[in-house]
Amino acid sequence: MRRYVAKRVAHAAFVMWLVATTVFFGLRLIPGGPVRTMLGQEATPEAVAALRAELGLNRPVYVQYVDWLTDMLLFDFGQSLSTGQSVTTLVSQAAPKTLSVGVLAIVIGLAVAIPTGIVSATRKGEPVDYVATISAFLGVSMPAFFVGILLALLFGVWLNLLPVFGYTPPSEGVVPWLKSILLPGIAVGLPYAAVVMRMMRSSLLEVLNEPYMRTARAKGVSSRIVLYKHALQNALIPVVTVAGIQLALVLVGSVTVELVFGIQGLGRLLVDSMLDRNYPVTQAVILIVAAVMVFTNLAVDLVYTVIDPRIGYGGGQ
Amino acid sequence: MSDHTDSSVGSNGAADGPIDVPPEYRQDETVEDHKTVRQRLVEGLLADKLALFGAVVVVAFVLVAVFAPVVAPHDPEATFGFMKEPNSYTTGDFDGDAATERVWHPLGTDSFGHDVLSRIIYGARVSLLVALATVAVAFTVGTTIGLLAGFYGGWIDSVLMRYVDFQWAFPELILGVGIIAISGGLGVTNVVIAIGIAYIDDFARLVRGEVLSLREEEYVTAARAIGMSDRRIMTREILPNAVAPLIVQATLMIPLAVLAEAGLSFLGLGVKPTTPTWGLLLSDGRQFIGQAWWISVMPGFAIMLTVLAFNTLGDGLRDIFDVNDGEVESR
Repeated sequence: MRRYVAKRVAHAAFVMWLVATTVFFGLRLIPGGPVRTMLGQEATPEAVAALRAELGLNRPVYVQYVDWLTDMLLFDFGQSLSTGQSVTTLVSQAAPKTLSVGVLAIVIGLAVAIPTGIVSATRKGEPVDYVATISAFLGVSMPAFFVGILLALLFGVWLNLLPVFGYTPPSEGVVPWLKSILLPGIAVGLPYAAVVMRMMRSSLLEVLNEPYMRTARAKGVSSRIVLYKHALQNALIPVVTVAGIQLALVLVGSVTVELVFGIQGLGRLLVDSMLDRNYPVTQAVILIVAAVMVFTNLAVDLVYTVIDPRIGYGGGQ
Repeated sequence: MSDHTDSSVGSNGAADGPIDVPPEYRQDETVEDHKTVRQRLVEGLLADKLALFGAVVVVAFVLVAVFAPVVAPHDPEATFGFMKEPNSYTTGDFDGDAATERVWHPLGTDSFGHDVLSRIIYGARVSLLVALATVAVAFTVGTTIGLLAGFYGGWIDSVLMRYVDFQWAFPELILGVGIIAISGGLGVTNVVIAIGIAYIDDFARLVRGEVLSLREEEYVTAARAIGMSDRRIMTREILPNAVAPLIVQATLMIPLAVLAEAGLSFLGLGVKPTTPTWGLLLSDGRQFIGQAWWISVMPGFAIMLTVLAFNTLGDGLRDIFDVNDGEVESR
């Protein structure tokens, strides 16, 4: 068990290193390089050389690489080219907003998906199953930002119930905070719920057909216990994988939905930095998103060993 | 799962079987009638209403996109009254013949006075083209990598698997954003490359898995024995047998590509702002949501309907070709 965990952690670290290295060399592939972009096409060769020296770009690549990697490990992402603020500050201002929306979306998503999936599977072929299945189909077909626009239109513009612009930090009160992230959270959470619900349904249906379910019923276990103890325990395993992998959907959803609701989160930061060619910021956001993904995959694998004792121990794959 | 099947095929085989088996436990050997791919497709689609709906909508959208200049009621750049509601009319002289005429806007007009329906129809061209091109890029590169990795194993396989791990770290959209940052600049080609690269691993993994199981088949051994070249074995013996999951995968990747393109364009990081794609149209209308909801919502419905159609079609194809649920990746 311990060996498996160590192996998975090492693997995650390796992937993260690969990602960081790609970002480092990717930045150096940009036509003209960051210096040209910062100074413009008309810059004199002297100015270019001076800035290159200032940024340390005239040193050997391997020295730059080691330095850069050390900085990244210390969470020092450099300074924003446009404002001169430290990128770490910018990110730490934006991240909580994206995180709030994302976490709320996951909570909403799972709270909708798991019960709906169970009901849909246990009442297969009944009207409630059709409604759930078709809703899920619609859900996977809508980008989060479109759900966001529809929600903003319905609850903000037409019903005037909830704010549709801006973000209120929790320090100004939990209720205003929740109100400001409720619509974005639903917008991101519904497409996520649709994916997880489809998995929950098909996985539970498969388990319900297993012979051990018949055995459990035959020995007189109540249908409630059969469902919640025997069936769900196994049916949830693939659901955990999908729920984990699809966190990418939540992350991407939050990034786009932020724009709909005027929240200055990581998405806004990424888009603005891309359009300004503010490379230190772009690189930091991409690295952070990748780190979240790598960590999530790691967490899913580790949760797996807990909920499915068949996996792991020997070293797995 | 029925363990007792009656079938006309092989019924005489049962008569030859051991006589001491009671009739109800006698198992006939069933051989499914061979059906051509087209037969299976037509019969399967007719039996599955949702998939049929998907197929019809997909075909309709493709036709609309191809024949956009004929189908669109107006030039997408022509301007009429600003922010006209759906099902409204503009009166004026628009064809330069001095006489005024009444022009119908079934889906309204946008903030510049463009006819929304016409723009969505022209947008279908770009959105669908980008999606198809993206999947074509991912399909070609991914299938090649998967074939080589599965067939040769060894270091090629290790490199592929490391690459797949690497790509797992990036949500498609973020990888696309990164590639666009490196390739520098907006535009259809960059979007196709960016999203295409993001989907390579799905095809590579699928094909690799198929090849791993197919390469031990007897017909592959036979092909080797008669001295076929590796290349020919891969393209003529193995690939055709992996075609069903590939078709399903491609069908299920198209809607993802439509969504990814819409997402990139929505962020303003996709095609150039002058190219009307659905994502961009939706994004353009966002600021007018209070005054003219239809500018954003109508392109959104176009995205939704297309994605829904491809998803239902893909799910139907998966059942028709009997492809295992876990075999292809989808959302």
